[in-house]
Formats: sequence, structure tokens, C-alpha cells
Amino acid sequence: MSAIDFLLIILQMFLVLGLSPLIVGVIRRVKAHMQCRHGANVFQPYSDLAKLFRKEPVISTTASWIFPATPYILFSSTLAASLLVPTIIAPMPLNFAGNIIALVYLLALGTFFLMLAGLDSGSAFGGMGSSREAIVASLTEPALILSLFAVALTAGSANISAIVYKTAILQGIVLDPPPHLMALVALFIITLAETGRVPVDNPATHLELTMIHEAMILEYSGRYLALVEWAAGMKLMIFLTLLVNIFAPWGIATTLSPSALGLGVLVFVGKVVGLAVVIGVFECMFAKLRLFRVTELLGAAFILSLLALVFFYILRV
Amino acid sequence: MTTILFLALLLAYACGMLLPLCFPSRPHIQNVIAHGSASVACSLGIALGLIGLLASEPLVWFWSSSIPLLTFSLRLDSLSAFFVLTISLVGLAVSVFASGYVQEFYGRIPVSLLGFLYNGFLLSMLLVVTADNAFFFLIVWELMSLLSYFLVVSEHEKPDVRFAGLFYLIMTHVGTAFILVTFLMFYQETGSFAFEAFRSADQALPEGLRTLVFWTALIGFGTKAGIVPLHVWLPYAHPAAPSHVSALMSGVMIKTAIYGLLRVYFDFLGGPFPWWWGFVVLLVGTVSALLGVMYALMEHDLKSLLAFHSVENIGIILLGIGTGMVFYAYDMPHLAALGIIAGLYHTINHAVFKALLFMGAGSLLYATHTRNMEEYGGLLRRMPWTGLFFLIGAVSISALPPTNGFVSEWLVFQGLFLSLELPSLFLKLMLPIAAALLALTGALALACFVKAFGISFLALPRSPHARKAQEVPVPMRVGMGILAGLCLVLGLAPAVVVPLLDRVSEPFAGISIAGRMFEMGGWTLAPVSGEFSSLSTPVLAIILVGLTGLGWGLAYVLGGKGKTRFYKTWGCGLNVTARMEYTATGFVQPIKRVFSTIYQPTVKLETEFLEESHYFAKQRHFEFSIEPIFLKYLYHPILKFFSTLADRSRVIQGGNLSLYLAYIFVTLVVLLVVMG
Repeated sequence: MSAIDFLLIILQMFLVLGLSPLIVGVIRRVKAHMQCRHGANVFQPYSDLAKLFRKEPVISTTASWIFPATPYILFSSTLAASLLVPTIIAPMPLNFAGNIIALVYLLALGTFFLMLAGLDSGSAFGGMGSSREAIVASLTEPALILSLFAVALTAGSANISAIVYKTAILQGIVLDPPPHLMALVALFIITLAETGRVPVDNPATHLELTMIHEAMILEYSGRYLALVEWAAGMKLMIFLTLLVNIFAPWGIATTLSPSALGLGVLVFVGKVVGLAVVIGVFECMFAKLRLFRVTELLGAAFILSLLALVFFYILRV
Repeated sequence: MTTILFLALLLAYACGMLLPLCFPSRPHIQNVIAHGSASVACSLGIALGLIGLLASEPLVWFWSSSIPLLTFSLRLDSLSAFFVLTISLVGLAVSVFASGYVQEFYGRIPVSLLGFLYNGFLLSMLLVVTADNAFFFLIVWELMSLLSYFLVVSEHEKPDVRFAGLFYLIMTHVGTAFILVTFLMFYQETGSFAFEAFRSADQALPEGLRTLVFWTALIGFGTKAGIVPLHVWLPYAHPAAPSHVSALMSGVMIKTAIYGLLRVYFDFLGGPFPWWWGFVVLLVGTVSALLGVMYALMEHDLKSLLAFHSVENIGIILLGIGTGMVFYAYDMPHLAALGIIAGLYHTINHAVFKALLFMGAGSLLYATHTRNMEEYGGLLRRMPWTGLFFLIGAVSISALPPTNGFVSEWLVFQGLFLSLELPSLFLKLMLPIAAALLALTGALALACFVKAFGISFLALPRSPHARKAQEVPVPMRVGMGILAGLCLVLGLAPAVVVPLLDRVSEPFAGISIAGRMFEMGGWTLAPVSGEFSSLSTPVLAIILVGLTGLGWGLAYVLGGKGKTRFYKTWGCGLNVTARMEYTATGFVQPIKRVFSTIYQPTVKLETEFLEESHYFAKQRHFEFSIEPIFLKYLYHPILKFFSTLADRSRVIQGGNLSLYLAYIFVTLVVLLVVMG
């Protein structure tokens, strides 16, 4: 691995770290606008994180070492997963380290520990959050893998960088419309579910009847909460990146020239912020579904990705 | 040299079986000798397995006998050597563990007898995977079944243990019957019981008979492996045995069935077989994996939960092998080899982490004297080592990177994804669906082990047993530690493991793919099809460790040292007690509800109200159960049929000796007339 590869990895890492709070801020701002509130500055999440890092954390006396260790594991596994997803340049230098399965299971590693941490404090809220997360995660995973596989078929590779690179060259959607569109819708629904957005979960509420993710992390405070929140932002960012770069890879750098990279950064930030606005608007247009109605939504995502697969093969015959 | 090694191994097992009997009423000495000998024998077995894997020619031992058709012939080819290695690796760790665990039984169960059965069981498994004669194979197979039956009923004073043992005994003999039929069909065609003759008979078998052999072998070995719907005995028998025996049964014994399937399909039948064989195996694998994990979720007896997970993992192994069979049928040897390697990799991985988890469950049983998860809780603080090892096992079985379970499931996924190269549209669609269902299985397994670890080891103790629990003795921790280490090693070193497995699959697929599995000098696993996909667990592990450091550094830089306050959990104004915690039953309730079609749960809630007002409950009685579908709709009708038949035939059973003599006479006459 050359020095440039290494620099690119570092660059991407800081891009994800630096940009993810902004995405959260943008979505909040858009939602505030839609609800006729003034809303906080889009940079507010940065201040929140800085404040949280400085605050004194409280750890439950019932908790074991799992509870303080989880934020670090969650942070590192989410950031590691983000390094497999190309942002400004494709293919990423770390392309070789893992494919779509590795991405899904790296994210699952974080979820696994977060679910344990939810149970660790002994509070019923944490257990409730973990229990609900278990069912939502179980139902999204097959749809996620199938939809990513459907797009992998067009590219002839299951490595995410290769998918993005090939679609960038082949012009993705233009080439293979029906399967890609279906996979796109499926992946959008999965994004809402995986990142805890309305209509699956509501990140803005602390009501025990509805919360999933917030219930799991209820006992966290101080720097631990900061790491968990940051990781949640990065996970959101990973899914938005997947959506924009798989289905609309235009503008991503495919060579190592400075101008291409510069353009790549600009286009990427533009696309991700744009999609964040869409998510914000989308969140305001729907009410949160009951937990047991979420099944139908995720079932629809699964069927759509299955159809994407069927159409891919049928259109080829 | 290898012969001496093999004889030394036999001697060590013989010592382990017989020497403890010479020290009556000295349980500690019996224990040390039995499990010490087993450890020595397993170490020799590991050496033998490695030699067999690396040897270019199969090693053969041969003793003739005076019984016609029976020869004591043993053959150690790469497939046998792989299973010898797996059995011995797990056997070594379990033997170390057992030397601590068996202390639990001093004075209750004769340790010498337990040691005799334990060593005999290990030896019989070794002989099963090395036997080279069908007659001899059936004898050692039966020996393995019977010895494990006696081990299952070690605590025979409990009625449910006796029931589990009986159920196991019947089911395993149904399986043996089908295996017997399989071998008899070969015998009919070849006139010999030697495996050598079966092997050369591949083209001689007529098509119809080949199909029949496929089915009888699947049912026969499938019963032992615990494929759905033949799995019903497994969740009873495996938990009933002492925990170190459960570890062996779930970890390695059911793998002998995988050995049998590979031996019969690829070695004996060989040649091109129809694609639907592979598809049937895939189907069985998918259904077993999914239903196995679903039933595991509903179990709150830790050992039964683990037993159901064995059904799941056998399913995953069969998914790998089934993919290999499909590719084999279409004459795509590279991908066939990939499928077989994936299946074998998961075989050894499952052996390692399942034995580890069963030993963990045994440690909890040792410390708390209960198997009910709802009575555990908070054990990570009281049993830090057991907890850590169980966590490593749980992470591995949930297939999370960078552990071993992840690598083998990843390989299974690649095999399923590469279906895009198949010519058949039907299979092109079916294999990705199997992959999606495997993803569902994986996610549910993750949920199940969050439950198993979270409810058992975290939060507050839920019973006085858990409050008084203490860490288990050192030998038990060492046994678990060995396998926990192996979970990580097998995950981080596919570069070492895959070439070894390639030696096993090479004779079957007819091609070696070790050279096409790696890129970047062995750091990256990139199966066969060019740039299709790649994975590097060592790099992922380095990144994960590095980024954890980064997270810690960021927290330090942005927040400074800072103090941490410890305070009790907020309980809405009340002190949090164990009764407020989420229970295992509560944890899986959403899953139970979403998949209620499969579970068909029945809930019984009886409330006794206060006399003064029926708004206040005095007492509530809650009962819930899920429908055991297979027992109810498949096994009970069969049982009913046979008991009705038996009832009907009672008419002719007079109980009078002369009547029976008359029957014999009539039969004889009829036979003479018919045959004459």
C-alpha cells in the first residue's frame, strides 16, 4: 500500500468524522422548518458533541465492563465500515478488505454490543430498546444484503468500491433501470430503518412507547454518549453515501488527479446534504408506524430487492 | 512412524478407559487418569490429523478378522484427517475442561464409568471417520451412538433425562437403519463391504439406485446431524448429557454425519450427479438454519438454546456443501471446491465455538446449579473469565468480524452469490434467496446471543443462585480459553486454514483452488472468480483495534481526563431491582409475535382478583408455550399409527406358548409351500 493510498484512507476517515454531525444538523434543521419552528443552527451537533465530551459521565453501578467498552467498539466498527464505502474516489484503497457482507456484519458488530449495553444497566428501558432493535435489525438484514447483491450483479462484483466504480463508468441507472430503481427504493427504506428514522423509529423522542435506538442508549452520558451519537451520525452517513454513490455516482473521482478529487469532494458533500434534506422532508411527511407494522414496510423492502434480482435476470435473457 | 503414533493413541484411550477402573472409590485419581489420558490421546490425534492432511498418499492400517466380510481396515485420507483433527482439537480442550467439571459428580456418579464412556466415545468417533470397511464402520457408528446414549443418561435418576435418552436411542437407530440400507445397496452392486470397492463402483450403480442412495444417505446421516425435520431428538438429548459431553456431542459428534455425507456423495457416488441433489441439500440446509435459530430464540434453557443452534449451524454447513454440489453437477470444479471448503471451514468453526459455548453453559450450571436463563444475571462480575470466553463464543457464532464464524459464513455467502455464473435461471434466483435467508438466520442468531449473553451475564442477578455464583476452577477456564483463542486464530488466519481445507476438497472437486483463493500475498481472501469479492480479516482486525485507539484518543483530546461518577440506574424514582429488568421471555416477545405463523404460540393468563374490587389483581398466573409443529404434525401421527397397529395385532397375541409354536409351524409350512 503506497503513501497516497494511506493518505486517501486518512482523508476519507476525517471526511466521515467531520461531515457526519453536519448531516444530523441538516436533517434537524429541515425538520424544524417543515414544522414551522426556527430550529437550531446546522452546526449545533458539533457543539453538542464538544459539550458531551467535556461533561462528567455517569455509569450505573449495576453495569459491567461491557457498558463503558461498547461506545468505543461501536465507534471503531462503524468508522471501519465507513472506510469500505467509497465517498469521493472509487475504488477506495481499502477495497480489498471487505465486500458488502463485511460492511453489513461490521455494522452488526456495533449493534450487537449496543444491544448488550442496553441490557447491561438493568433498566427496563434499555432492555426494551434492545429487544425492539433485535427485531428491526433481523428484518432489515436480509433485505439489505439482497438489495446490495442486486446492484452487485450489474457491476459483476460484490466489493462496494468496485460497484461504485463500475456504475460510475457504466452510468448506473441509465444502463439498468428497473432493477436499479427497485433496489434504490428498497435501500431507501432500509436506510430509514437502520438509522432509526421515522416511520420506523423517531430520533427526536424519548417516549417509552415509541423509542428504539434512544431507549438502548438512555443510560449513556458524557463522552460515552458523545461517541455513541457520533457513531450514529456516521452510520447515517454510510447509508446516505451508499445511496448516492451506488445510484448516482456522477462526479466521483475515478482517477487520482487533484482536480478530480476536488470535484469529488464538492459533489459528494452536495449530494449527501441534498439527500439529507430529502430524508428530513420525508420524516415530516409520515407518522411513525407501530412497531408491528414496521414488519410490513421491511417486508416490502425485501420483496422489492427480490424483484430487482428477478428483473435483472429476466431482462438479460 | 505413523503406525506407532496411531498405536500410542489407541493405547492412551485404552488407558483412559480401563485404568480408572483399577482405583475404586478414589474419584479424584480416576478423574485425573481418565481425562489426562484423553488429553494425551487428543494431542496425538492432532498430530495424526496434521500428518494425514499434509501426507500425499492416504495412510492405511489393516487387520483381518475371522468374521466373513469384516476387516478392521482404517484409512486416513485428507477428509478423514480433517475430521480427526477437528475431533482431537475440540477433544483436547473438552478433556481439560472435564477434569474440573467432573468434580461436580464425585459421589453421585461413578467417575471411573464416566471416564470409560468418555474415552470410548472419543475413540469411537475417531474410528468412525477413519473406518474403511462398511461393516466395521457400522460397528463403530453403533458404538458411538450407544456410548453417547449411556453418557446422555448419566443422570438417569431424573425422568426427563431418561426420556431424552430413549428418544435419542430410537431416533439414532432409525438413522442407522437408513445408513445400513445405503451400504447394503452398495454391497449388492459390488459384492464387497470394503469402501475401496464402493469407490470404484461410481459408474456401476444404476441411475435409480444412485438416487435411492442419495435419499437414504441424506435421511440416515441427516438424523445424526439433526437436519429439520429429523432434528427433534437433538434439543432433548444434547442438553440432558453432562455439559462436557454435550460439548462433544454438539461440537463434534454431529459432524461425523457431515463426514458420512461427504464420503458417500463425493467419494462413493462421485461422477456427475443431477443438480437437484445439490438443490435438495441447499433446501434442507436453509430450512434447518432458519428453523433452528427460530426455535433457539424461544428457548430459555441455555443448553437447549445451544442445542437448537447446532441445528442452525448444521444447516449453514449444508448450505456450503449444497452449493458445492450444485456447482459440481454443472461441472464447475472451482466453485464446487469453494462450496466444499466453505462447508468444511464452518464445520471446524462450529465445532470450536459450539464446544466453547457448551462449556460456558456447563460452567454456569456448575456455579449456579440451574440451566434456566431467567435465574442468571449479573454473572460477568462474578465470573469474569467464563463471561469473557462465552462472549467470544457468542461473537463467533453470531458471525461477527473478525472471528472465525464470520470467515466461514462469508465464504458460504460467496458461494451462493457466485450462482450468477450458473446456466440455470431457476438456481440463479434460488441461491441468492438462500443467501437472504442466511442473512436472516445470521441476524436472528445475533439477537439470540444478545439474549443469551445479556440476560445471563449482564445487569443484576435474578436469583439467589446467581448472587452466590463463583468463578469456576482453573482447568475449566483453561479448557474454555483454548477454544476461545482458537476462535480468534481461525478467524484471523484463513491463509493457513484454507490451503489445508483445499487438500480435502481437491480429490472431490478434482482441482486445487488454493492458488486462486488469495491475493496480496495471503492477506486477502478473494475466492476464485477474479475480482468478484475479497475479504481480509487481519486488516479488518488491525483497523478495528486502531480505530478503537482513535476513539479513545479523541475522547481524551476533546474531553480531557475527566472523572467518571458511578451511581445507581434511574428507575423512575424506585430502586432498580432484578424484577424490573427485561426477561429473556420479554426480550424475544416481538420476534415471537412477528413470526407467530411459525411459532403458533398459546398464552394462558389467569387472574385472581381481590374480593373487594375486580380492578385489583391478587395473583396472576401466566403460561405460554409454542407449538412443537414437527412433533405434533409429523411424529405423533406416526407414533399413533404404530400404536394402533400394535393394538390391532394384540388379537393374535394369546400369551400361550403352544399357540406361538403353532404360529411357527404354520409359517414354516407356508414358507415351504411358497418357496417349494
